[in-house]
Amino acid sequence: MVRALIHVPSTAKSGEVIEIKTLISHVMETGYRIGVTGAPIPRDIIDQFVCTYNGEEIFRAQLFPAIAANPFISFFTVATASGTLTFSWTDQHGATQVQTAEIKVE
Amino acid sequence: MPQKTRQSRRDVLKMAGAFAGCGGLTLLAVRPAAATPAMMQEAVRNAIGEATVNKGKVKLDLPPIVENGNSVPCTVSVDSAMTANDYVKAIHIFNEKNPQPNVISVRLSPRAGRAAFSTRIRLADSQTVTAMAELSDGTFWSGDIDVIVTLAACIEEVKP
Repeated sequence: MVRALIHVPSTAKSGEVIEIKTLISHVMETGYRIGVTGAPIPRDIIDQFVCTYNGEEIFRAQLFPAIAANPFISFFTVATASGTLTFSWTDQHGATQVQTAEIKVE
Repeated sequence: MPQKTRQSRRDVLKMAGAFAGCGGLTLLAVRPAAATPAMMQEAVRNAIGEATVNKGKVKLDLPPIVENGNSVPCTVSVDSAMTANDYVKAIHIFNEKNPQPNVISVRLSPRAGRAAFSTRIRLADSQTVTAMAELSDGTFWSGDIDVIVTLAACIEEVKP
């Protein structure tokens, strides 16, 4: 379990466009760097990010090594109903980290 | 004889020059492969197929001069109403000179409300970064921006 920061407004008006910001701590090793022993450092990246809102997918990203370490992604969605936003990051080895945030829509 | 000596000295210098040239070539060959505009075209074709791409509608926002290519803030926004009938399906970012041409591919739905996102990317060299958007009506639009990078990412060595 690594550190992930998520910013979702706690309350929103129905139909309002809200911005969601996410950041997860990860080295995003490109596989192109040479280590101290002279051997290339193997690639280790997060390659999938998915966000669902009450079970419905609202944003999906495929990441490549050109994404900086500690991937930061911000995007928008329409606040439709109170509920849960689920964020999941999957790395190239298939390990997934899931985090949730609550939103109240008036 | 002085004439001949001068000639041979010139020859020696020529040879030295040729040798240095070879050395330079070897160094180039050892460097990690950088993506070329041709590789970028291939990546674009893999992502969007054979569709024709129109210029416009896509705005790419990066600082024009980047001091550290390891983390470059990057925002893409597409001019779209984001309604059920007219929305942006996907946005891809490509670069010309990193070891790999792909940067990120994003899928959106009308639920997004606004066709925009931000992230932080790595840039290995001064280059043109291109963003492409696929709209729900099947058209493709692109925008690009030139960026000058003073400290490159991706290929630097790890400090002991």
